[in-house]
Amino acid sequence: MKPPRFDYHDPTTLAEALALLAGHGDAARVLAGGQSLMPMLNFRLARPGHVIDVNRLDALATLSPGPDAGLRIGALVRQRTLERSTLIRERCPLIAQAMPLVGHPQIRTRGTLGGSLAHADPAAELPAVMVALGARLTVQSARGPRTVPAESFFVAALTTALGRDELLTEIALPAWPARTGSSLQEVAIRRGDFALGGVAATLTLDAEGRVAGARIVCFGVGPCPVRAADAERSLVGGAPSVSGFAAAGQLASAGVDPDADIHASAAYRKRLVGVLTTRALAESLASLGERAA
Amino acid sequence: MTEPAAHPAARTSGGGYIGAPIPRREDARLLTGRGTFVDDLEMPGVAHAAMVRSPHAHARVRRIGTAAALALPGVLAVVTAADIADIQKPWPARMPSPVPGTLVRHGARHTLPPDKVRHAGEVVAAVVAESRALAEDACDLVTVDYDVLPVVASPAAALAPGAALVYEELGDNIAAHIVQRVGQPERAFAAADHTLRETFRVMRGGSHSMEGRGVVARYDQALDAFTVWDATQAPHAIRAMLAYLFDLPDHRVRVIAPPDIGGGLGPKASFYPEEALVCWLARRLRRPVKWIEDRLEHFVSAGQEREQVHTVEIAFSRDGTLLALRDVFTHDIGMYGALVAPVITACTVPGPYRIPNIHSELRAVYTNLPPTSAVRGAGRPQGVLVMERMMDRMAEALGLDAAEVRTRNLIPADAFPYPVGLWFRDGAPLTYDSGNYPELLRQALARADYAQARREQAGLRAQGRYRGIGVAICVEGVGLGPFEGAILRLDRRGRVVVTSGAPPQGQGYQTTFAQIAADAVGVRYEDVDVVTGDTDAIPYGVGSFASRVTANAGPAILEAGGVLREKILAVAAHLLEAAPADLEIVGAAVRVRGLPDRGVPLAQVAHLGNAGVAFGMIMPGGLPVGLEASAYFTPSQAGYSASAHVCILDVDPDTGEVAIVRYVVGHDCGNVINPLIVEGQILGGVAHGLSNALYEEAFYDEEGQNLARSFLDYPLPSAREMPRVEMFHLTTPSPINPLGVKGAGEAGTLPVPAAVAGAVEDALRPLGVRVTRLPLNPARISDLIHGA
Amino acid sequence: MTEARDIALTVNGQPRRARVEVRTTLVDLLRDTFRLTGTHVGCEHGVCGACTVLVDGEAVRGCLLLAVQAEGRRVETVEGLAPDPAHLNALQAEFVRHHGVQCGFCTGGILMSLTAALRDNPRPREPEIRDTLAGHLCRCTGYQGMVDAVLALVASGAPAPGPDAGSAP
Repeated sequence: MKPPRFDYHDPTTLAEALALLAGHGDAARVLAGGQSLMPMLNFRLARPGHVIDVNRLDALATLSPGPDAGLRIGALVRQRTLERSTLIRERCPLIAQAMPLVGHPQIRTRGTLGGSLAHADPAAELPAVMVALGARLTVQSARGPRTVPAESFFVAALTTALGRDELLTEIALPAWPARTGSSLQEVAIRRGDFALGGVAATLTLDAEGRVAGARIVCFGVGPCPVRAADAERSLVGGAPSVSGFAAAGQLASAGVDPDADIHASAAYRKRLVGVLTTRALAESLASLGERAA
Repeated sequence: MTEPAAHPAARTSGGGYIGAPIPRREDARLLTGRGTFVDDLEMPGVAHAAMVRSPHAHARVRRIGTAAALALPGVLAVVTAADIADIQKPWPARMPSPVPGTLVRHGARHTLPPDKVRHAGEVVAAVVAESRALAEDACDLVTVDYDVLPVVASPAAALAPGAALVYEELGDNIAAHIVQRVGQPERAFAAADHTLRETFRVMRGGSHSMEGRGVVARYDQALDAFTVWDATQAPHAIRAMLAYLFDLPDHRVRVIAPPDIGGGLGPKASFYPEEALVCWLARRLRRPVKWIEDRLEHFVSAGQEREQVHTVEIAFSRDGTLLALRDVFTHDIGMYGALVAPVITACTVPGPYRIPNIHSELRAVYTNLPPTSAVRGAGRPQGVLVMERMMDRMAEALGLDAAEVRTRNLIPADAFPYPVGLWFRDGAPLTYDSGNYPELLRQALARADYAQARREQAGLRAQGRYRGIGVAICVEGVGLGPFEGAILRLDRRGRVVVTSGAPPQGQGYQTTFAQIAADAVGVRYEDVDVVTGDTDAIPYGVGSFASRVTANAGPAILEAGGVLREKILAVAAHLLEAAPADLEIVGAAVRVRGLPDRGVPLAQVAHLGNAGVAFGMIMPGGLPVGLEASAYFTPSQAGYSASAHVCILDVDPDTGEVAIVRYVVGHDCGNVINPLIVEGQILGGVAHGLSNALYEEAFYDEEGQNLARSFLDYPLPSAREMPRVEMFHLTTPSPINPLGVKGAGEAGTLPVPAAVAGAVEDALRPLGVRVTRLPLNPARISDLIHGA
Repeated sequence: MTEARDIALTVNGQPRRARVEVRTTLVDLLRDTFRLTGTHVGCEHGVCGACTVLVDGEAVRGCLLLAVQAEGRRVETVEGLAPDPAHLNALQAEFVRHHGVQCGFCTGGILMSLTAALRDNPRPREPEIRDTLAGHLCRCTGYQGMVDAVLALVASGAPAPGPDAGSAP
């Protein structure tokens, strides 16, 4: 199929883009990497009156060190750029771990971080990663900028906190905490496809080797990334252990209420969260060893 | 359609081209983007068609509003059933039942449904515009009022009392009920030491050739004739349907399958409404009209296959000897289809085993699902699955090794021809022509280090790991008739031109046909050109399906090549003043043996032989004009290839994921024309089989809606999912054709679902898991483990 | 209002201009306007990979990029890999030897992905080759011939595909 008719705008400044969004509001869709919107246009599942192509907003395509050893990632930074970046590998290994699982290389060359977050597919990796990292998202509109924590950005399946006139412009990541390991685990029918279920995790130890903190975020098992707060709490203060990770897995599993679809039963997804949480924690611990080495 | 080979041809040690791994002459153009697929054709003035499809699986069409669509600038036509009344004839039956005493009950299908739609995706109107995008814009503006009817979306629903009828005139939804019996199965079951029974379910799937269907039609008013470029597997069958619908003689409908077709795999062997519509529109508009199936349309309207539910029972003795088989199954034929696949299934179930008593019972059932066709394997993978799963169960019940129970029941190598006692899909008795199944299995097990693999499995099992080994062996009816033909001629350049009817979709006929022709005529491979798939180039043809072309066209080329050689030598004998028996063809010339100086170029032979001496002159020596020979080969019956696969895999019991450790394929398709191409066919077949075993599955809800309509929801394996396949060949030539060939196009697919299912069940045997349904995706395996 | 636009881009090293409807995808521009029909359309939702071309050296889906987005870009297609069928490049020649092509519909996109990957890493191992190929679907070959073709290319020491024409100084 071929896309329906639309009006095409390709602003070169942010102000211009925001003005277009303010003017066309409900009838507009933002075109970033196009890896989700273009299939919907091609299948005529999306029929926007206006397409606002933000790819010429070069200012949104920069990846730079943030204050306090964090990172500032422009919404238009390509996934392939994140995958290849030594800065990402050094400052945010969880993103580096996730990238090979996001689509295929030919998708990541165009796909953007901001696009994936704004699309908010429940089974996508990057929204969960951002929640796990405690990212802060800058959104702008003609009314001005505001900052939204990743955890409150994802509202429902394919729905975010973005207003109709707002554009996601930047993702700020805090510094990678000391003694922190991470892992992303998922099961997909084919690698590169959306996950049947997955878990993004970080695990931080204190100087004595006890668990100082953990972030466990499940995806593909609910309308939005699901933070396994009970599982996180269960780990804090204890020594990292196989039994502790298994118990955390059970808590994480108990904390999700996934739906069935044609690919997997709800019960499977619930079990999967337990298995992958346990594995993600073990891998996080192992990666900590590698990082220290 | 012709070009020089990119690489010099290799010859076998015997000096012939047949049997040599010659790199394909098709490749160079395809690798440089110079192929010619239907959508690549330069077609000045072409208009673009798009289809309005029913969103409902079963509904009466009350009214179709076309005014808004017609008013859109750039729209050339919008047509509905009422507009094309002149070609609205009921489509003829696709295939009679091959089993004597049985018949297929056909409902009346038309190009556009005159009263009601029978599947979601059925065409109700066609739009033509200056671009495809515009045509789709116009489709959005066509309004159709439907009265939605109750839907039968599965054979079970279609067979239920009071079920809605797909074709009211039939009184029920049963397309065919075919019972075949061998021996005295009831008595054998009653007397047996052991019996086992199980129900297996195989899901629908599509072909998903990377290129969808596609057709371009041009109408020539002066000749009242159509030229139709069609990405079809069977151009002559398409011609027959168009000639029937348009009431034209065959010679006014020329159907050309373009030189390059992006895969077929079964569905492109059928006729579809779009082919008639595009022709009708081209005639109406006096412009070429093109329609290219997009992927979404492929998901909802191209032929599909495979959905069957088998209840199978076997009877066997204490020592593991099969005594009887009872297989009762339903086949979902969709809203339209032929008995090709299910009859093949029935005949594939007994496989390589001696089974003295058989009860085979098939119900083909109409449903409100898309039409069915063959899909690579065509009923065979289901039959192999059913039998091989039961062999695994018999081994388990007797505490025997899975390979051992098979070995004990194989038809011995000296038992050919072996009559099974059933009727095959070609209307001939199911009689295996040749084979050596014990040796094939023995070699497959040896290649897979089977004994060692079993020891490793035991060790891993002791560690709590889940390794499984699956073995599957099957017999495959291939090379089905009725015929394929070939015309060979020496053209004025002195090159041999081979013309045959069936078009390739990646099988490399331009290479293999040239190999056979070069050996038959005695010329160089490089001096042979091949033309396929053009109904004006050869009057009769059948098509590329049923792994049949090499076994039908091959012998025809061989025979015609021999005749052409005699004609060439007769003309050359005149020119050289020598006896034909003293002549040889060397390079591009005919020479007198032992006298290298006395020769005449083939081009000069062609000049005399084809054009005569000169206008008004007498042909010398009574020579006939026309260096041309044609032959049609009609096999007496199908040939029977065989495969033995061994699959070794690990199951992750926590996630349900499968990792294939080794995959061994043993294959016997008789003599091989080009081993490179045969291996490629088998590798592709294995990928398709693995896809059926682990990945792809069509889902329909109770309203007949396809829930998996993209490659995201309908996963096909990529290079990362595919294991490296280890392959070997065994060669038992077929006695039914002079080349000794059988068929290989579908072979790789057949045993894979059975081998994988067997391996997964074997891996999870400590957990008592029963595998009765595919694909074995992670969730399904995990749910089996958890008893869900 | 933006129904159609004039665009200029480089295709296989040649400057090209066209007037396109804004909804036209890059692959349709290449096929229908420039008549470069070696790039095929297989799914139009970015999964099959038949439409893969290089844009500024990166492998992208031609069906998921609007033609207008190629304004000012360097586009490479399968037609640019060899001057004609008689002069295949080393990768193409290995595809012939290892029977990496059957119907050939998916082949153009696959060659472009491999070209980009080999420029990045001229000595890939089998898993890396399969990772690159995983962005493509082929229903004919089972991929083994393609993998073997790339492995043979690597083993032969033949020069990997050079940088694209546009990046030359």
